[in-house]
Amino acid sequence: MVSVDSIIGRNSLHRKVQRSLRIQKLRALGLIAPLFIFILISFVIPIGDMLFRSIENQLVSEVLPRTTEYLKSEQINEDWEPPNELFWHLYVDLAIAAEVKLHTRVGSRLNYEKTGISSLFRKSGRSIKRFGADDYRKALTDQIPELTSIDYWELLAEGTKYGYTRDTYNAWKKRLIENDDFSEKTKPSDFLFVVLANDIKSSGTTPSPDTILEEKLLPVISELPEIRFKELFLETDEDWAEPDVWDTIQLYSPSFTNGYYLNSADFKKGSDGPELRPENERLYVLIFSRTLFMSVTITMVCLLLGYPVAYFLANLPLKYANLFLILVLLPFWTSLLVRTSAWKVLLQNEGVINDVLVAIGLISNLERLELINNQTGTIIAMSHILLPFMILPLFSVMKTIHPSYVRAAKSLGATPWTAFRRVYFPQSIPGIGAGSILVFILSIGYYITPELVGGTTGTFISNRIAYHISSSLNWGLGAALGSILLAVVLALYWVYDRVVGIDNVKLG
Amino acid sequence: MKLTKLSTLVLGCIIIANSSQAIDLTVVSWGGAYSKSQINAYHNPFMELNPDVNIIHDESSYEAVAKLRAMREAGNLTWDLVDAVPSDAIRLCDEGLAMEVDVDEILEPAPDGTPASEDFGASLVSECFIPQIVYSTTLGFRTDVESWNGNEPDDVCDVFDLESFPGKRSLEKRPINNLEWALLCDGVAKEDIYDVLETEEGQNRALAKLDTIKDEVIWWSAGADTPQWLADGEVVFGSTYNGRFFALIEEAKQPVKILWDAQVFEYDGWIIPTGLPEDRLAAVLDLVRFATDTQRLADQAKYISYGPARTSSNALVGEHATLGIDMAPHMPGHPDNAYNVFYFNYDWWADYRDDLDAKFQAWLAN
Repeated sequence: MVSVDSIIGRNSLHRKVQRSLRIQKLRALGLIAPLFIFILISFVIPIGDMLFRSIENQLVSEVLPRTTEYLKSEQINEDWEPPNELFWHLYVDLAIAAEVKLHTRVGSRLNYEKTGISSLFRKSGRSIKRFGADDYRKALTDQIPELTSIDYWELLAEGTKYGYTRDTYNAWKKRLIENDDFSEKTKPSDFLFVVLANDIKSSGTTPSPDTILEEKLLPVISELPEIRFKELFLETDEDWAEPDVWDTIQLYSPSFTNGYYLNSADFKKGSDGPELRPENERLYVLIFSRTLFMSVTITMVCLLLGYPVAYFLANLPLKYANLFLILVLLPFWTSLLVRTSAWKVLLQNEGVINDVLVAIGLISNLERLELINNQTGTIIAMSHILLPFMILPLFSVMKTIHPSYVRAAKSLGATPWTAFRRVYFPQSIPGIGAGSILVFILSIGYYITPELVGGTTGTFISNRIAYHISSSLNWGLGAALGSILLAVVLALYWVYDRVVGIDNVKLG
Repeated sequence: MKLTKLSTLVLGCIIIANSSQAIDLTVVSWGGAYSKSQINAYHNPFMELNPDVNIIHDESSYEAVAKLRAMREAGNLTWDLVDAVPSDAIRLCDEGLAMEVDVDEILEPAPDGTPASEDFGASLVSECFIPQIVYSTTLGFRTDVESWNGNEPDDVCDVFDLESFPGKRSLEKRPINNLEWALLCDGVAKEDIYDVLETEEGQNRALAKLDTIKDEVIWWSAGADTPQWLADGEVVFGSTYNGRFFALIEEAKQPVKILWDAQVFEYDGWIIPTGLPEDRLAAVLDLVRFATDTQRLADQAKYISYGPARTSSNALVGEHATLGIDMAPHMPGHPDNAYNVFYFNYDWWADYRDDLDAKFQAWLAN
């Protein structure tokens, strides 16, 4: 029989143990919390944010809401002609955007997809100020002087009658507030008067509480010349008549896009799904495959060069081994740029290696070897720079292989080659695995050395990513290329785990 | 008692320190000899006149566009004035990262009263751009090449002539300038070049012309590459900025000559980032007004062979500060040099840069 007390007692003991365990766990978590938070803030969040840009595309629909909404229902093909109403929406969108200079940002965004849109938007943003909106402002404010004050517009915007005016005014105000440009003294922009006039004209026939406004303004408005937006836009730039331009705006209206990824794979977003780019524009697949090929080659070269060195170091008496290890480590303590520049001096056409080869008569002066500004240059320089990352893991693994195993094999009748192949080599595989992964992953994302010695055929995908981040400002495409690179590395890591097994990797 | 005195003293010191608080301005430029010329001609004289302003130099202009954008996203603007090439200025202006300025309002007129906008003329390529210098990208060649049999190139198209002038060339690793030169040497008239380049056939035609020398070209991406390669004999013919050639020929005394034919005129200038607080903006405007007046722009030419962007400064260009050579004949705009100038179309390139760069890189990689 179990007494009630003992049950309570055991339960409370159980609880106590649990509580103290929980406290221990919390304490342990507390200890790693700083590191965890640091990694989250400085690593995971920024990288996630950057990768997110590869699909993000809100700008177009945010800045051109009316235009993109109208375009949604349009079927754009070669014979399609942009209707008048579309230009009216475009005018309102551009007028609001131009107040805070957002139109040029959309222009450069869309210019990545279709050349020419950047200046189209820049020009149009400038020319819409000359579309005659100031005449509307003058005529309307002559009748109702209060229209110059922002308070009057606030009242107008509260009313429900002029819906388009209200929405436009609010959108305009929101942009100015975002830009810290809005105060009670702000003057309403000229284009707002056109919008208001348009609203009054289209609703003027029905009786309404705003009759005073209408009575006063309608006669003036009907006398004002009508603004022919389509003509004016086409006068600014005839590209506005091209279906291609509108097609691009329509294709890039959704808030998220796969366009950057398609570009990274040498495809192009078309109205009937992805299309392969013309041959003279295909670039990224070639560079990706080249990056992989060079990284594998560099890893192999490092392995071939590093294995004997590590073997030699591991079998030297400790006194000498340390000395030689310093020679291996020495490049680590020299600046990367210095080492790369040194290779330039050695490898160039008039460089040391070619001079020596010519001097000893191995090659003639006219057939100097092309060792730099191509793939050879990148592979030579990077193999040298990454070699320590291969030697060190190999060395530390080989140190742990006891010499008696090989001796035992030999005493049992194995030739030196068999003893190496069947006994020594299998035991050094964890070092090969670790070294190869290190070298491969480091080289696949290398930037500075290929930039300096790679010329045109020896550059890596990271050089293109850097170009898009710092020069063309096409961060979306840069992010897409970066995500693909990351995915490729993770996929290769997975394959490696399957084939070799990640448990087989040892750093020492 | 003692304590009160001490604290009054400390408080007093703090107040004094605050009232004369210096403004730090971070001015971003390209580094090297160019930054030095700006420091000598603009920044040091300005700080002498305004002891409360302290100018901090930053050499990040080559990544200005990306950094300014990152600063906006982080909401922390640490730069006050940035030296930029027009193509970057246009991009920054489009992105809303550079401030639009009215040059007549913020800059000094010429000494004879000509308004700044007229004095600067064609160099005002964007609403955000405040020009400083005119430089040119042009070709240079070694004068001691044996296989040239004593001939010297005198035409830009000689760079495509591998028979008369064999040897390696160096050209910039970007489409800009190269495509223009290629079309020019393929028989397109100077004024038609951008119209031709707009078409697919025109672009292929330019690349086909470059194909004829592709195997003999080493592509540079840093302005120092060509001078270095010319000095090493790695190339015999190559393009770079005229100031780099000046340093190579006059300072390093290398056997190299400049070929001024079809030199491409380019500008360099300031942009003011958007979103500066009022006190810093006021100080920056003071600095810009001072640094772009007629005398200061002429002073800069004492230290580097780049021409002043103002017409009125040209007459004031004197001798080099240390070498003592007359600088006027080394300016890209000097009549002896500017006999055949190619004007770079910035607006056009702002549109076509991304597209043509992709095509050019694809051409290079294949």
